[in-house]
Amino acid sequence: MAEINNKPIRYLLQAVNYGVFMAIIWYFATAPSVRLIGANEAKITIAFAHAGQLREACRRLSQEELNELPPNMRKIDDCPRERSPVTIEARLDGEPLYSAILQPPGLFGDGGVDVFYSGKIAAGEHYLNLKMNDSVRVEGFNHNFEQQVSVDPAQILLVGFEPRRGFVIKEAKN
Amino acid sequence: MLINPVKRVYLALESWFNISFGTEWNPLYHLGTLSFFLFWIILVSGIYLFIPFHGSLDGAHASVEYMTHEQWYVAGIMRSLHRYASDAVVITVLLHMFKEFASGRYRGFRWFSWVTGVPNLWMVVTLGITGYWLVWDEMAQYIAVGSAQLMDALPIFSGAMTRNFVSGGMTDRFFILIEFLHLLGQPMLLVFMLWLHVKRLSNVNINPPRGLAIGTFVALLALSLFEPAVSHAPANLATVPREIRIDWFYLNVYPLLEVWPASQVWMLTTGVTLLLMMLPWLLPKKDGAKAVVDLDNCNGCGLCFDDCPFDAITLQARTDGARYDHEVVVDPALCGACGICAGSCPASNPFRSSRAQLKTGIDMPQLPVDEMRRLTRQAIEEISGDLKVIVFGCEHGLDVMRMDGGDTRGIKLICSGMLPPTLVEYALKQGADGVMVTGCRHNDCYFRFGNRWTRMRFAGERKPGLRGRAERERIRIHGGAEPDRRAIEQDLDEFRQRLRELNQAAAAASE
Repeated sequence: MAEINNKPIRYLLQAVNYGVFMAIIWYFATAPSVRLIGANEAKITIAFAHAGQLREACRRLSQEELNELPPNMRKIDDCPRERSPVTIEARLDGEPLYSAILQPPGLFGDGGVDVFYSGKIAAGEHYLNLKMNDSVRVEGFNHNFEQQVSVDPAQILLVGFEPRRGFVIKEAKN
Repeated sequence: MLINPVKRVYLALESWFNISFGTEWNPLYHLGTLSFFLFWIILVSGIYLFIPFHGSLDGAHASVEYMTHEQWYVAGIMRSLHRYASDAVVITVLLHMFKEFASGRYRGFRWFSWVTGVPNLWMVVTLGITGYWLVWDEMAQYIAVGSAQLMDALPIFSGAMTRNFVSGGMTDRFFILIEFLHLLGQPMLLVFMLWLHVKRLSNVNINPPRGLAIGTFVALLALSLFEPAVSHAPANLATVPREIRIDWFYLNVYPLLEVWPASQVWMLTTGVTLLLMMLPWLLPKKDGAKAVVDLDNCNGCGLCFDDCPFDAITLQARTDGARYDHEVVVDPALCGACGICAGSCPASNPFRSSRAQLKTGIDMPQLPVDEMRRLTRQAIEEISGDLKVIVFGCEHGLDVMRMDGGDTRGIKLICSGMLPPTLVEYALKQGADGVMVTGCRHNDCYFRFGNRWTRMRFAGERKPGLRGRAERERIRIHGGAEPDRRAIEQDLDEFRQRLRELNQAAAAASE
């Protein structure tokens, strides 16, 4: 097997090898870079957790029914646990942006759903329309939101939902 | 001999490094120990960096900036060493995997080391990811959002993680959890996995040769001074970072999230990992017959126990009533069927019973020591010229059977380490003028220590050795793979010339 016994040449070759090794590390440690967003682009993010309304309304138990129950379990209302799916539609400047029908998770279908959508949009003025249905007992959408919004380049337009206020444009915090 | 293309590439790379580093310092022979050495650099630099580091969302980036720019001469260099050594370890681990695959050292009895080794790459990568997270700059933000997307794609999470990184949900508590993972949880798990990875090996060395360690450290230091590691702008969850200079050694999966759903990224990474882990069964190779102990010829000296490269031999209290304290036991599941134990057994001495069947304490059913002796005798008888040269080689180095012809006969062993030194003496006694022993390239034995033990035995540094009267000038050791055939044949020609001179000198002396 060929080996070089001349020490200076051997060390020189080793230096070349170390140089190549370090050059590979140096380059791939930072390059090629990944461009996440264009110069005039921004991002819209719809993110919130929401529990759909109960599929069936609570039913008041009769006195006879209550009498049949053990004393410590005599709740006046019988509320089925299963919740409604959440249907959501988002349109930006009249164009469909996002739509989903989210089934409630959990063994008994009684959990809240997590709504998450994130996508690039052009920076500037937009007309945002969001609709949501969270009850099988209501026809059509029972939550509606329409607003003119302005987005700076690279900004994240964050849309959330609060049960009392409905859809809200949130200030994304660090 | 046909060599698969992957092995050919590896051997070419190995040859190049042998030219410049020599076989002692060849980094390809020390990829495991080099990785350990890089971990030491990462550990020491990491401990230093932890001292001025501020482990909070508001303070992390500023403290890292302070280290990088204000205290560049110590903390800045430490940071760069920490980063570049981490990058280097990914390369050494990948090369280690490539080498073991190319050499076929991943299947058969080695399945355990391979299967426990593959996840270590992910351990290292995830350790690096949490490290980048701690800087809490735009790249950390990119990692945080990407990681949350990946976690949310798993059915075990409710899908709420990503929301934390868009609405101010990231808290100091979560940041401290990442710190805990990076500083304690992941390193401890990695150490455990590394222990598991080498569990079926004996004589495990975790330190590379000093020259290689110094060279690697100096190179990393030079890179740290030439291009100090720097951060991106501080993380800001209200905006999207425009461009990220990602570390491809650690973050190569994240750009895929820009084009694929997280579930597909999981499928790809999990699929590749499982495919790699299943290679021992997808490309199987049957092990040879395992070593067999003959208690009637074993005195429990423990030399085979010392020499076994795979921890397959244990010493236990004698069970046959013989007057010795110990006996050896072979675990077939661990045995590599290399025969190194047969070469180390003092009872493998062919002079013990010149006519009767030679029985030894531990032997290989597929090539017993008695058969090795018979082949040696036969080879010597077959050579009719004035010079008789026997070449012992192994199955994984140079194919010695191609050297057959004229004054030379090759005898193929499982491993050069299974050759008892006394068998070489026996060959010389039976009329061979010289014996050459080849094997795998020096420091790169297929069975880890076969050629090293052989050299040490012939040099008198390890038992069993040559006897005092053995003519050492008539013995030559030259390891090498198939691409080294020309060099070995040249050496063999020189050896023949030397043997003729010795014969002439001996003839002159007897006259």
